[in-house]
Amino acid sequence: MSATIERDGDVWVSSRTGTRWHVVCGLEVHAQLRTRTKLFCGCETSFGDPPNSRTCPVCTGQPGSLPVLNEEALALAVRAALAIGADVAPWSKFDRKNYFYCDIPKNYQISQFDRPYCTGGGIDLPSGRRIRLHRIHLEEDAGKAIHDRGTTTLVDLNRAGTPLIESVTEADVTSPEDAFDYLTALKEILIYVGASNADMEKGELRCDVNVSVHPAGEGWRTKVEVKNLNSFRNVAAALEHEILRQIQAYESGDESRYPVQETRLWDADKLVTRSMRSKEAADDYRYFTEPDLPPVTVSPSFLERQRGMLPELPAARRTRYVRELGLSAYDADVLVADRAVADFFEAAARISGRPKEAANWISNEVLRALGDAQTGASTIDDLPVKPHDLAELIELVAKGTIHTAAGRTVIREMLESGTAAAEVVERLGLEQVEDESQLEDWCRAALEGKDAIVADVKDGKEKALGALIGPVMQASGGKANPQKVREILKRLILES
Amino acid sequence: MTVRFGGQVDAVALRNALDAGTGTVKDVVEECLARIAERDGELHAFTRVEAECARARAAELDAKRASGAALGALFGVPVALKANLCWKGGIADCSSKLLANYAPPYDATVVRRLLDADAVIVGTTNMDEFAMGSSTENSAHGPTSNPWDTERTPGGSSGGSAVAVAGGMVPIALGSDTGGSVRQPAALCGVHGLKPTYGRVSRYGLIAFGSSLDAVSPFARTIRDVARVLEVISGACDRDSTCLPLPPFEAPQPADPSRLAGFRVGVPKQCFPAELDAGVRACVESALQQLERIGCELVPIELPHAELAIPTYYVVATAEASSNLARYDGVGFGVRAGSELGLQEMFAATREAGFGEEVKRRILLGTYVLSAGYQDEWYGRAQHARTKILGDYLQAFEEVDLVAGPTSPCTAFRLGEKTADPIAMYQTDLLTVPASLAGLPAISVPCGTSAGLPVGLQLVAPAQEDGRLLRAAQAFELATDHHRALPPMLLGAQA
Amino acid sequence: MASSDEELVRRTAELARLSITPAEAAHLAPQFARILEHFKTLSDVDLEGVEPTTGAFGLRDVLRADEPRASLTQDEALANAPERIEDFYSVPKTIGGDA
Repeated sequence: MSATIERDGDVWVSSRTGTRWHVVCGLEVHAQLRTRTKLFCGCETSFGDPPNSRTCPVCTGQPGSLPVLNEEALALAVRAALAIGADVAPWSKFDRKNYFYCDIPKNYQISQFDRPYCTGGGIDLPSGRRIRLHRIHLEEDAGKAIHDRGTTTLVDLNRAGTPLIESVTEADVTSPEDAFDYLTALKEILIYVGASNADMEKGELRCDVNVSVHPAGEGWRTKVEVKNLNSFRNVAAALEHEILRQIQAYESGDESRYPVQETRLWDADKLVTRSMRSKEAADDYRYFTEPDLPPVTVSPSFLERQRGMLPELPAARRTRYVRELGLSAYDADVLVADRAVADFFEAAARISGRPKEAANWISNEVLRALGDAQTGASTIDDLPVKPHDLAELIELVAKGTIHTAAGRTVIREMLESGTAAAEVVERLGLEQVEDESQLEDWCRAALEGKDAIVADVKDGKEKALGALIGPVMQASGGKANPQKVREILKRLILES
Repeated sequence: MTVRFGGQVDAVALRNALDAGTGTVKDVVEECLARIAERDGELHAFTRVEAECARARAAELDAKRASGAALGALFGVPVALKANLCWKGGIADCSSKLLANYAPPYDATVVRRLLDADAVIVGTTNMDEFAMGSSTENSAHGPTSNPWDTERTPGGSSGGSAVAVAGGMVPIALGSDTGGSVRQPAALCGVHGLKPTYGRVSRYGLIAFGSSLDAVSPFARTIRDVARVLEVISGACDRDSTCLPLPPFEAPQPADPSRLAGFRVGVPKQCFPAELDAGVRACVESALQQLERIGCELVPIELPHAELAIPTYYVVATAEASSNLARYDGVGFGVRAGSELGLQEMFAATREAGFGEEVKRRILLGTYVLSAGYQDEWYGRAQHARTKILGDYLQAFEEVDLVAGPTSPCTAFRLGEKTADPIAMYQTDLLTVPASLAGLPAISVPCGTSAGLPVGLQLVAPAQEDGRLLRAAQAFELATDHHRALPPMLLGAQA
Repeated sequence: MASSDEELVRRTAELARLSITPAEAAHLAPQFARILEHFKTLSDVDLEGVEPTTGAFGLRDVLRADEPRASLTQDEALANAPERIEDFYSVPKTIGGDA
């Protein structure tokens, strides 16, 4: 019979034995670098192209072909390393990892073994915990083997040779939540520095998990590798499942059920991991220095150039928005989540000098237009409204030329048609009516037969005015300046 | 007039005759094809003769000349390619059953440059499978014979290209030299064979054996032709990361090409081992005296780590080969066996059926020296020993301008003589592998015959001193007639 | 009974994906042992403090710009494939299933 396992923070407690189980977990993340061409040849990186249409002698491993390193891949990899505070090695080299499979055309993968281009670094999670990185290395991706078509396996080499960075954490991950937060933060950073699009659905980010459990105070036990994790949620779910599976196995006391060193695949439909194959002793990659590629040095000047290209990173931005610009933590999160949105916000805030207003307009109106069929825009840069357009609107509201409600109409029109704010205001006639006699006429009409309200206001209950403002605004077609309407109503009541 | 080149006209002379309007490329190509038809049945230098392709090319080149366009440095010159050089339109099967009919989808850089220089590729030549061997006997196409004695091997692995030139079928041919695969057959066939500095010529499109050693290397009958081919095929290549970023080679133009005044030539004791054939020793010693006569100073030197060269070479080359040849798995190219099996079993069946015995032996050796638990002891130590061997040369070149000695410890051996004993076969590379491990330019030049079989003198120069090497080789050539010696079977043809 | 040399040859052959027969293993094993014995000079030499030479003499930082070059057509890429289905290379399935 299985015990009930309960969480006590990062400790998993067995109801039956009272054993307090600790989790040791490390993550290996492969991220596709955002280059135009592959790591060692001039084929364009590909997604969704016809099979085997983006290959050449190099990435198909034709006899006699040779690799030449893509400079941009190195630059992007270095930028990613700098963004997580890692040490970029003054020189690194490539090695061959030898193993046979149908999706690696040379039957060796060009990777980095004993001289990776970067080591160390780490990412601070919102929980305050820090996940340290062991190393990051550059390598080429495999092609795709397709197993679900008939009696044979089909091979498409379009992806073969795509540049990847593989980052390996220290075993600092102690819970599924850590894993989720780490991946979220890593993805955000990779996108921020432009190193990767990190789209998991396109396989641009892939994560493997190594996990083991042990009772508090005891040594680490056998680790199990879990693969086939195609979303952050799956990583967390698989980890949770695997932790429970391992604890239950140990608690069963049946040694034949104890976890063995193996690779397990996550089945996202059945929500279980299942064994793929034991890591046999026969796995011998025979790494040796790639004789076709000379070593790579990263000069201080190259490093500085890459550092100069780093944007302010998400965590720093978030803090600055709250502390210096006075935004709420929520608004800061919303804006920072996408680098382009944050950049848009900063420009609009700078031009208008009103960061809070800029944040409100962006999170309430501008972001709503993304993914909207009418604008057809998927990113903020696709929108016809640019930061200076938004700043213009903010100023019109601030000056009182239009009021906030009219502003909403204006921004929607701007987002749809790309027309400038002032032009929309003029075309729709939204400019606030400031003319006193006109306002007075509307107010007098609204006061007709509202004696009870008039009495309340006279008694000092100013709140009652609210019921009169609405009809005035309606009568004005939304153009009356509500502040002025309030003043006039009050004066008329008190004068009567 | 028919332009004849059957051992008499070198490539440069042929090209200049065509440039001067003498004869046509069509004549040249027909003459070449006739010679091949006449002699190759016996010699078996070619794996394929691309007659139609060569004829079409000849017509194209004759049209080019008629149009008045400037003519390339090898205009109209027939060339043979070792079957491990990729070219679109040819078959690069590396004399392996596994790669039978492999039609490369691209041109090797050297092939592109030959074609850009208006050369005519007439066919591909026989070799030891994947360049693994020293006799051209490890071939799916059967052995090639030495024109000096058809019962004997031409050496290898580029035996087919050596014989194509030595047999007067083409004026120049390309081979590849990993541990002596051009120099040794050049010596055994009585022609010139140059291994340029590692990286002087692009390897892009040369089917890899030992990547850190492989060098595309020409055969020719004159040093002028050797230099011309190097001028055409050398130079920076943006598809080979190990290719030196240098402009194309330019042959030196010394004031007096016949003298080597002040040249210090190092003669390493280790190049004259006990097992050196007496006839070879005599020829080489007389060649050294000849060098003295044209102004060289002979300096006895030491290459103290020479005895490490054979093990170091075989460990490094087979380790790299085991990985380079992993791609022959029956997926993307080659001949598949075991389609009915599982994936990994199909790989093994394909490789078992497709590779010959020597290739399997070397893949096993290379896999072993890289495998867990053995890598430090073998591959690791070999890499360090390689540094020692390189150091020997660096030290020698502090004192001397060139190093000289025999190319091969023996003259052409009989077909089948060494096939049963791999170590005896490996030992024939004794004198050529040190320069390969050090990446240095080295050439074998004919220096006489012993018992009717040619002997080669090997000259080695410091890295990137290919010019100095050819200058010395040319002075030696001018002072002797050895390079003019023809195998008996061609003497009749000369009449 | 198979010698330890034969066992070594068989294990190495498995790693190298060569399905050698027992007869071949028996033939290769003594050769293999002799070759290694012959190469033992390598173990005797003092290599303390020597840097390894891995090739590409003195070159470093050979890089190319991130500029696309033409790919092969599907037919060019697949022309030498022993088995092709539509525009894919076709291979047998792994016994016991693939990842």
